[in-house]
Amino acid sequence: MTTTFLVVSSLVKVLVVLVITVGTFAPIIIWAERRQSAMIQDRLGPSRAAITLPASAVAFIDSARLPMWRLAALTGIVAIVALLTLTFVAIKGSNPLPLSTSALTATLVAFGAASILLRVGYGVHGMLVRNGGKIMLLGLLHPLADALKFIFKEDFVPPKADKFLFSAGPIIALIPAIAAFAVVPFASSLHWDYLNQVLPRTGDIAGLVMPMQVASINVGILFIFAIASTGIIGAAVSGYASDNKYSLLGGIRAASQMVSYEVVLGLTLVPAFMVYASLRLEDMAMWQYDHIWGIFVPPLTLAAINFFVAAVAETKRVPFDLPEGESELVGGYLTEYSGMKFGMFFMGEFVEVVSLAAIASVIFLGGWDVPFLYRDGFEFSLPFASAAFSVPLVHWLVVAIQFLVFLFKIIILIWFQLMIRWSLPRFRYDQLMSLCWKGLLPVSLLNILVIGAFILSGWLDGWVAFFEKIF
Amino acid sequence: MAIEIKVIKKPGRTVAEQVYLPEIAKGLGFTMGRFFKNTFGPKAKKEIATVKYPEETVEYPERFRGIHRLTQRTDGSPRCVACLCCSTACPAQCIHIEPAEYEPDDPRYGYERFPAVFTIDELRCIFCGYCVEACPCDAIRMDTGMHMPPSTRREHFIYDKDTLLSIPGRDGSYLTANPRHEPGDPSHPGVDRERGH
Repeated sequence: MTTTFLVVSSLVKVLVVLVITVGTFAPIIIWAERRQSAMIQDRLGPSRAAITLPASAVAFIDSARLPMWRLAALTGIVAIVALLTLTFVAIKGSNPLPLSTSALTATLVAFGAASILLRVGYGVHGMLVRNGGKIMLLGLLHPLADALKFIFKEDFVPPKADKFLFSAGPIIALIPAIAAFAVVPFASSLHWDYLNQVLPRTGDIAGLVMPMQVASINVGILFIFAIASTGIIGAAVSGYASDNKYSLLGGIRAASQMVSYEVVLGLTLVPAFMVYASLRLEDMAMWQYDHIWGIFVPPLTLAAINFFVAAVAETKRVPFDLPEGESELVGGYLTEYSGMKFGMFFMGEFVEVVSLAAIASVIFLGGWDVPFLYRDGFEFSLPFASAAFSVPLVHWLVVAIQFLVFLFKIIILIWFQLMIRWSLPRFRYDQLMSLCWKGLLPVSLLNILVIGAFILSGWLDGWVAFFEKIF
Repeated sequence: MAIEIKVIKKPGRTVAEQVYLPEIAKGLGFTMGRFFKNTFGPKAKKEIATVKYPEETVEYPERFRGIHRLTQRTDGSPRCVACLCCSTACPAQCIHIEPAEYEPDDPRYGYERFPAVFTIDELRCIFCGYCVEACPCDAIRMDTGMHMPPSTRREHFIYDKDTLLSIPGRDGSYLTANPRHEPGDPSHPGVDRERGH
């Protein structure tokens, strides 16, 4: 592996992570959270932000609709003729026409795609004209409007606040949330020299290998814990620096809550290390790819539930959002923040949601593992039957599918977190603490014992073998 | 009669409620059902109450007091006889009428007047409907079913006679359901020039 390749690929991966978390997921969650709550409450939610086109552009779009429809029809007819000819050739077995079969196929694909695109364009133009030239995109422009508002708002700092710490707080809160993504593998490693080939299912492959994660370090999950506990400092420091008693109380609450749940978060994952016998997240995903998803190993199911509860508490969101409980503390440590500094806290909270969803899906839901997808493509097999149906896929396609499925798993988990956020009422602070120290902590300690017994007695291997026999 | 004491036991919590998890699952199930119904469900089953206002509107109720209109006679002139009842009744004093006489050869001369100027300041109006109640000729009505179109200019809210005459009722008609009997008509109930006093 050359140094240039390493540097370039690392930069690209960092960029991808940033684009996914800060660029895509965080704004979309900001929108989705409000939209989802609205849908639960029979409202429509944010859907009004729009970019309005000038009237002349609308008139032009309107005049372009009919030609577009005609072109779509024409290209569609050509595509249908090509399809009919191809069918004719296929039935006849030979090609007596002056056009070659490959040229016909190319015509079919090109004209078919053009027809579909034009038809879709016709529909979109129609919608635009009926809207009066307003581009609304289901309200997805609202995060953009929010960001603009944040940037142009007054950046207020309380006169007696600690200026440096007050500005540093949001940064300390945001950076760890993004940094946790460094060790998350988002696909199986990429064999750079064989992108367009179907790889063998097993065995080592020589050549340049690009692990699909920013940093492959052997402390893996411990790095995430270390980084996540840095986030506590952000909340505590901003609460302290605001020169406001509510902020201070909020900061203290945030610190004690996050420290408590940090313990549970670590202990719930100990069974996972024991089963996967590694701290590296890529090895955990690999074990699940080889065997079964972690959530289907009984003691890990309990660990997954505990982890999820602790993770929601760790992000300081409803039902555990006591640090900013507005009925008691105005806004907690966020009280004095406005403009983009508040936006950074907001962003950090949502990035944390994404990163915890990613970690949960790597550790318990198989990460990038797709059922029936192997290194050489799909193979569907029925339990207790020898019949199998396989679709070989080239390497880059396999990796792309794994990446997309990983994103899909993250989205599902985020959706579930938002669902919890809008369904459950806030805890009382003593309930929060007793849930942690008297509920989750003993259960996760016990779970470590159970999983130890499970592994030592050999039941784990039996369970895994049983599952593998079925699938 | 002896007083009976009925002991009502405080309802306790079941184990399922105490464990909290089944209740969470129940609550989540409810909100999820709501979410899926309103997001992905068929259109008829959605229960979204929001109206996308400028594009969609809800019709105002039948008796909604909207902006005023001056009703017309069949010949297009205002039914108003400039009796000043409405401007007298108006608690906001937003109606300004300048009455004028018909020409001497007009059959209405000497029996009715007409408003040369009829102005309503819609910004002053409190939409109480007293002017409609006061009108003896059914000449001013608030049955347009419209609110004032918004504007940033004060002058746009001073409605003059022509504007008020040009607003139709909710049914699209400039007349009213009550027929008007002009002087000279056989159906005219009162005195007029032909029949004498």
